[in-house]
Amino acid sequence: MRLTEISRDINEWFNGSGPLADVVISSRVRLARNLAGCKFLSRCSSQEKADILQKLKDVLMSLELGDETFYVSVDKASELNRSFLVERHLISRHHALTKGPRGVVIARREFFTAMINEEDHLRIQVFEAGCQLTTCAEQIDHIDDMIERKIEYAFSPRYGYLTACPTNLGTGIRVSVMLHLPALKMTNQIEKLLNAAKDMNLAVRGLFGEGTEAASDLYQISNQVTLGLSEESIVSHFEKVIIPEIIEYEKAARARLLSAQVDTLDDKISRAMALLQNARLISSQEALFLLSHLRLGLNMHQHMGASTPAIKRLCELGESTDKSDAGLSIRTINRLFMLTLPAHLQLNYGKPLDSTHRDALRAKIIREALGQDS
Amino acid sequence: MQCQICSKRAATIHLTEISDGVRTEMHICERCAAEQGIAAQSQISINELLSNLLASQPSDDELFGPSEQDLSCPHCGFTMDRLRKEGTLGCPHDYEVFDKTLLPLIERAQNGKTSHCGKVPSKMPPDTKKLMEMSGLQQQLDEAVRRENYELAAKLRDQMKKLPQR
Repeated sequence: MRLTEISRDINEWFNGSGPLADVVISSRVRLARNLAGCKFLSRCSSQEKADILQKLKDVLMSLELGDETFYVSVDKASELNRSFLVERHLISRHHALTKGPRGVVIARREFFTAMINEEDHLRIQVFEAGCQLTTCAEQIDHIDDMIERKIEYAFSPRYGYLTACPTNLGTGIRVSVMLHLPALKMTNQIEKLLNAAKDMNLAVRGLFGEGTEAASDLYQISNQVTLGLSEESIVSHFEKVIIPEIIEYEKAARARLLSAQVDTLDDKISRAMALLQNARLISSQEALFLLSHLRLGLNMHQHMGASTPAIKRLCELGESTDKSDAGLSIRTINRLFMLTLPAHLQLNYGKPLDSTHRDALRAKIIREALGQDS
Repeated sequence: MQCQICSKRAATIHLTEISDGVRTEMHICERCAAEQGIAAQSQISINELLSNLLASQPSDDELFGPSEQDLSCPHCGFTMDRLRKEGTLGCPHDYEVFDKTLLPLIERAQNGKTSHCGKVPSKMPPDTKKLMEMSGLQQQLDEAVRRENYELAAKLRDQMKKLPQR
């Protein structure tokens, strides 16, 4: 299976659908596991890593997942292919950059991936669109059971599933959501969120950004504690208490923008439309920044009935390019987000491009998607 | 059988802990149990009981053995120095070998939690599973009480009562 078979469109869980999709882009639950009777990766020789890789690859490729699976050898992949996998969230940046025999098993519909020899021997994860953490958790639990029938995990009754880093000990579970928080950013409340998150034992990371800088106002929120709580309680607390609270803050900020800062909001949306429809060269960073404003405008219209002058024009644009309902327009925006990322761009074009050519191609793809002739 | 604490009264409460494949048994009388703060239904964690008792005697390590800073894991050669540099451990045995050093680190990283109460692999022996299930429910109950979710706490208490007594 070639990566170009999946590179021309977004994965299902990134298409803007699902519960609470006006704020929650996607959900993910991952489990960290190691084989019993083996050293952790930092002490393994290259041969030992290769043996672990072969063993786990065989087990994973034999699973009945209701979907076709394919394997990518990450250590043998080109840098472009590795970047592509990172852009698509199929592997972590760590997995791309670390050394030694390692790979990833991917389900064709991309709702499941299994990284082998990342920081632990095995990291399996399930994705869903919108806020569906319980569903993700149930699915990953089932897959974990299937794997455990064929191999033995490193486990101690005291510390649970044993991991290379003590921060993953116990359940080995990482529960996360990708949130779109443009209104909190616009009303200067992101710092407040970050401080609150620390008190709630949450990790907040900007997507593709450093520290608090988040490309396209997208943030990944995850649990930090993995020991001393059951998987169910971690997932449930996250889904029923933490996420709804953050969503309320974002929605309140959006309401405030509509009632008290309409001109600022409309200006941002209008400028975004104008630039995206007309620029001949646009960097990834700028494109993501502007696309975020469009996504905000469309969500405000769909979920809050907003119809400021700029939002009205935005919806008209949506209708003229996507002949179906407005939901598909969010999909278009997410699609543009993903397909204009550097590795996606080059993989689909067929060869590497320098920075200026990428910026030109990106601008062209966006103009065409927004109904302008190239 | 005599109580292992007072050596006077008959032992009527028998506790078994299985940790890392090592089985520890304790046989105590009701009076000592009450003094240690456990009800006959054994709602305290066995860990706590054992550590209270062990804490009163210096461990062999402290008297005779090397400090964990100089130790290297016999299975993989890992040292505490490497942990400082690399941030990850060498093999699962390190959790035992460097127990004293790791425990405070784990406690800090995991918001005070130091024992597992979640999923157990199906291949674990049934004894261990039962013990862990009980311990797990107790921890969840404590957490529920801490979060003032008394409805959940009550449900957990009922679940614990239903578990088969050994």
